[in-house]
Amino acid sequence: MTDLSVRIGALTLANPVMPASGTFGEGMARALDLDRLGAFVTKTITRELRLGNPLPRVAETAGGMLNSIGIPSQGVAHFLEHTLPFFAAYAPPLIASISAPTAEGFASLAAALSVPGVAAIEANISCPNLEADGQAFAMREASTGAAVRALRTATALPLWVKLTPNVGEIAPVARAAEDAGADALVVANTILALSIDIETFRPRLGNVLGGLSGPAIKPIVLRQVWQCARAVRIPVIGCGGISDAADAVEYLLAGASAVQVGTASFRDPTVMVGIIAGLDRFCERHDLPRLADLTGAMRTEETDEPELAWVSPVA
Amino acid sequence: MTGAATVQQTEVLESTALNAEYHRLRVRAAAPAATARPGQFFQLLCPASPAGTPFLRRPMSVFGADPAAGEVSFLFKVTGLGTRGLAGLRAGETLDLLGPLGNGFTLDPAWRHIVALGRGAGLATLAPLGAAARGAGMGVSAILSARRPTLMVADDAFRAAGAEVTLVTDAEGTSGPAHVERLLRGLIAAGRCDALFTCGSARLLEVVRRLAQGFGIPAQVALEQQMACGLGMCFCCVRAFRVDGQVLHRRVCYDGPVFDAREALE
Ligand SMILES: Cc1cc2nc3c(=O)[nH]c(=O)nc-3n(C[C@H](O)[C@H](O)[C@H](O)COP(=O)(O)OP(=O)(O)OC[C@H]3O[C@@H](n4cnc5c(N)ncnc54)[C@H](O)[C@@H]3O)c2cc1C
Ligand SMILES: Cc1cc2nc3c(=O)[nH]c(=O)nc-3n(C[C@H](O)[C@H](O)[C@H](O)COP(=O)(O)O)c2cc1C
Ligand code: FES
Repeated sequence: MTDLSVRIGALTLANPVMPASGTFGEGMARALDLDRLGAFVTKTITRELRLGNPLPRVAETAGGMLNSIGIPSQGVAHFLEHTLPFFAAYAPPLIASISAPTAEGFASLAAALSVPGVAAIEANISCPNLEADGQAFAMREASTGAAVRALRTATALPLWVKLTPNVGEIAPVARAAEDAGADALVVANTILALSIDIETFRPRLGNVLGGLSGPAIKPIVLRQVWQCARAVRIPVIGCGGISDAADAVEYLLAGASAVQVGTASFRDPTVMVGIIAGLDRFCERHDLPRLADLTGAMRTEETDEPELAWVSPVA
Repeated sequence: MTGAATVQQTEVLESTALNAEYHRLRVRAAAPAATARPGQFFQLLCPASPAGTPFLRRPMSVFGADPAAGEVSFLFKVTGLGTRGLAGLRAGETLDLLGPLGNGFTLDPAWRHIVALGRGAGLATLAPLGAAARGAGMGVSAILSARRPTLMVADDAFRAAGAEVTLVTDAEGTSGPAHVERLLRGLIAAGRCDALFTCGSARLLEVVRRLAQGFGIPAQVALEQQMACGLGMCFCCVRAFRVDGQVLHRRVCYDGPVFDAREALE
C-alpha cells in the first residue's frame, strides 16, 4: 500500500488530486464519489453578485479550450448558505477560491469566509487589480505582495495564492507571495489567448480574449511549476493540462506537492478518480512507499559511476 | 438535477442517414443511460473525422430510451465537426456517452390533452415526450415545423405514439408564427391544450410564451446552449430568464434544459 497523502503546509490531504477552481461543483457528485478526492476547490467567489461575461463563453482549440466565463458569482451569502453545507457532508477539506478588485477587498472577503468548514483560502490573484490599471495582481511582484500581505492579516487559515502564467518571469512573483505570507502557491491559471472564426471574421468568444486551458498548456505550466518550486520553500500545487496520472507524475517530479485538474474533467468527469488510481499504480511499479517522495525528484545531472569515471579517469 | 450520471462506452447498433441533413444513432446502453426521461440529454464524445477531433463533448437530447431493451437513440442534424463524426459511426463501433443529464419535461397527471410544437432538430427532443404523454393516457397534438417536407423528422415517431400530427413548412408557407398561432388558438378553443411544450425555434417560443401568458396555460421549453461540462460546473451554458421582474441567468445543463417557457427570454 502506497502512502498517497501529501502535506500542504499545515493541511494534510489524503491524496494529491483536487479539482481546479471553476471546473468543479455540486454537479460532479452525480458522476463520481467526491470522498475520493484530496480536496475540493470552489469556483472563485466575489463579494458582489455578478452575471459574468457575454456569450459564447467557451471555444475549442487544438488540444484544449478557451474560456471567458468571467466570475458569475452568487456572493458570500449563497456560499455560506448553500455551498458550505453541501460540501460539509463529505470528508475532503474545502478550499474557498476568492477574488476581489483591491487588496483591501481580498482581505475583507477572506475574513468573511474564514469560518468553520473552510480549510484554506485560495486567492485567485490573476484577476484585474482596479488600483493598477486593471492589470492582474499576479503580473507584478509589488501588487502580489500587497494583496497577499492584506490577506495574511485578515485570516488565520492556510493561504494558497494562485498565480497567473501570463508573466515574463514567474519566480520573482512566487517569491513575493511567499515573503508576504503565502502558505502555498497554485501554479497556474489560464494563458491569455485569442481565437477567430475565419468565416465570420469574429472572435470566437463574446469577450474577445479568453484563457487557454487543457493539454495544450501543460509543458508551459510545467516549466513554471519547476521555476517556482526552485524559487520558494512553500509547497507548489501544479495546475495546467493534467489529464492522466502520467501528467500528474510529471508535475510532482517538477516540484509540485499536489495537483489540480480542470479542463480534463469536462471530457471525463471521473478523470480525477482515475488519476488517483494511476498514481497508486505508478508508485507500486516504482517501489515507492510514499508518493510525496516524487516531489521535486526530477534528475537533472547524472551521477552514475561510469560518467564520474570519465570526469576523473583512473590514471 | 439528481440521480447518477455515468460515462459509458456503448456499442452502436444502428447508424442511419434519414435525409439530406439528419441522422439517427441507436446504441446499446445499460442503466442509468437507458432510463433517461424525455427532455434529458447526454454529452457525447464525438469521434474524430478527417475534419478533426472535437475536444469537448456535444449535448444531444434523448430521442428514445428503452430500459427493457437497454437501448438509447439520438436523432440529430449534421452541422459541424462533432455531429459529422457522429454520423460517421457504424454499427459495431463505440460511442462514449455521459448521462443522463438535466431535468426533463414534467407531465401533470391532471392534464388530458397536451400540445407539442417544435421545429428542426428540436423535434428530436420533443418526440419521446409525445410517447410519454400518450402512455400516461393524454391526448397529444403535435405541430411539427421544418424548412421543407423532405427535412421533416420525428413525425413518424409522433404518429406511432398516436399523436395527431400537423406538419408546417417554410416551402409551403405554413410555418410562419401567425399561422402557427392560429392553429394553437384553435386547439386552445377546442379545450385540447392543457399544457404547451416547445423546442427548436425562438420564434415559436415567442408565440408559446404569449399564448401561455394570455391564457394562463402551463408551458415548458427545452432550450439549447453551447456546453462544456454538462454538469453545472463551468457556467458557459447560461441563458437569461425574467423571474419576478428580475433578469437572471440559469444554466441550461443543470437548471434545465427544460424551463418554464413563460420565464425564458429571447
Ligand atoms: C440540451 C441540448 C440538446 C440537444 N439536442 C439535440 C438533438 O437532439 N438533435 C440535434 O440535432 N441537436 C441537438 N442539440 C444541438 C447540438 O448539441 C449541436 O448541434 C451540436 O453540438 C453541434 O456540434 P458540431 O460540432 O456538429 O457543430 P459545430 O458548429 O462545429 O460546433 C461548434 C460548437 O458550438 C456548439 N453548438 C453548435 N450548435 C449548437 C446548438 N444548437 N446548441 C448547443 N451548442 C451548439 C457545439 O457544441 C460546439 O461546442 C442539442 C443541444 C443541447 C444544448
Ligand atoms: C471554464 C473554466 C472556468 C474557470 N474558472 C476559474 C475561476 O473561477 N477561478 C480560477 O482561479 N480559475 C479558474 N479557471 C482556471 C482553472 O482553475 C485552471 O487554472 C486552468 O483551467 C488550468 O488547468 P486545466 O488545464 O487543468 O484546466 C477556470 C478554467 C476553466 C476552463
Ligand atoms: S455546460 Fe458547464 S455549466 Fe452547463
